[in-house]
Amino acid sequence: MINDAIDNEQVELLLNDVLEIHGYDFLEYSHASIKRRITRLYALDNFVSFAEFRYTVKTDKQYFKRFLEEITVNVTEMFRDPSFYRALRNDVLPVLGTYPFIRIWVAGCSTGEEAYSLAIVLKELNLLGKSLIYATDINPSVLEKAKKGMFPLNYLKQYSENYLQSGGLKDFSTYYTANYSLAKFDETLSSKMIFSTHNLVSDHSFNEFQLILCRNVLIYFDKELQHKVFNLFDGSIENLGYLALGSKESLEFWPKAKEYKRVRLEKIWRKL
Amino acid sequence: MAQTINSTSCAALIIGGSAGSLDVLLEIFPGLRNDLNFPIVLVVHRKASNESLLTDLLQSRTQLKVSEAEEKEFLKPGKVFIAPADYHTLIEEDGTISFDYSEKVNYSRPSIDVTFQAAAEVFKEKAVCILLSGSNADGVEGLKSVNNYGGKVVIQNPNTAIMPYMPQQAVLSVKPHVILDSYEMADFINNLNG
Repeated sequence: MINDAIDNEQVELLLNDVLEIHGYDFLEYSHASIKRRITRLYALDNFVSFAEFRYTVKTDKQYFKRFLEEITVNVTEMFRDPSFYRALRNDVLPVLGTYPFIRIWVAGCSTGEEAYSLAIVLKELNLLGKSLIYATDINPSVLEKAKKGMFPLNYLKQYSENYLQSGGLKDFSTYYTANYSLAKFDETLSSKMIFSTHNLVSDHSFNEFQLILCRNVLIYFDKELQHKVFNLFDGSIENLGYLALGSKESLEFWPKAKEYKRVRLEKIWRKL
Repeated sequence: MAQTINSTSCAALIIGGSAGSLDVLLEIFPGLRNDLNFPIVLVVHRKASNESLLTDLLQSRTQLKVSEAEEKEFLKPGKVFIAPADYHTLIEEDGTISFDYSEKVNYSRPSIDVTFQAAAEVFKEKAVCILLSGSNADGVEGLKSVNNYGGKVVIQNPNTAIMPYMPQQAVLSVKPHVILDSYEMADFINNLNG
């Protein structure tokens, strides 16, 4: 794939159209990544000119759904970074277990793999019954997939290894039933999840949580937008609540970072 | 004056490698000048688990500061940035690094193609990209972009590479600025000018 097909100016034009016509604001996304996604989609869908691509994105509602799904990155896995899930299991969730009710927000949940991983850990700690997981994403079509709780069977070997490395206590296959090429996860897990669209760029806080999990979402945002989102999270985390980020993300340069304390070596911070 | 004509202008040096490239890096690093005035970005295929091993190995062989790249970090001259395992490493117009956890490219994340392409677009004729030993074709498309933008393409001599496939594929589809044996690379890099 040669990246030269669409230039910076055209990216700008397209993103302005998307904001004006469809109301999604990608202007504060990291430029290199969004440009790469746009160029990739342009090549994938065999457009012959930028003008045609732009017109289709502007006018074809059905195509815009695809555009939204493809320019946002929806690659995720269950128990991604096992040491992170071990810290959740050993250090974070037992503390939350002392509360009468646990509210968790998985922001940018994509197809739901992290939400289901979290539900499994909660279940093994006997906390799932009093927990509620709010799983949100900008993208309605990934949420439809997340609700179903069905993941490609060929990934399950990797997920099972991750799960065991993270301190999982059971045979991972007890959590799903294989159905042709898909693994359908136990509905007791999804019964404690609420799925909803939420755009971190433009939507506000909608509740207070004891844990917000937002992993490998902020890497796609520029510094200013990252700070705005941290402020949004800050307004949505109870005192002594936790914020969990992806392995290459950090609160470090955010002005209010001093009010948060890092949990061990993981990308987890506790609000003081 | 002759010096100025000979020296190649370099805003950033990107080195990509896969199987068999570690030996080359270990040969290059002790020979590098301590006062290089451009940044070096390394994209090496490896497992996600042995995170700091490569950084430590290379740091022990150079005075230049070697570290794993951080999100939105500025590419500072005289520093070596290692692309983290399991993310694609991109370069923004303002010279900062950003990451992308999208699909693997050529079964690889980090993909050499992705970083070469980003460097080509941002640094244009001042991008210098070296492709080392490896057994898949990652990096070849990226070198084409570097060529298109007028940057410098350097390829390890496939005849002396431990895994010749990757440099071989590159030589077949891109016209290189120069083909080098591993022992010639430190000198080449030392003569680049930021």
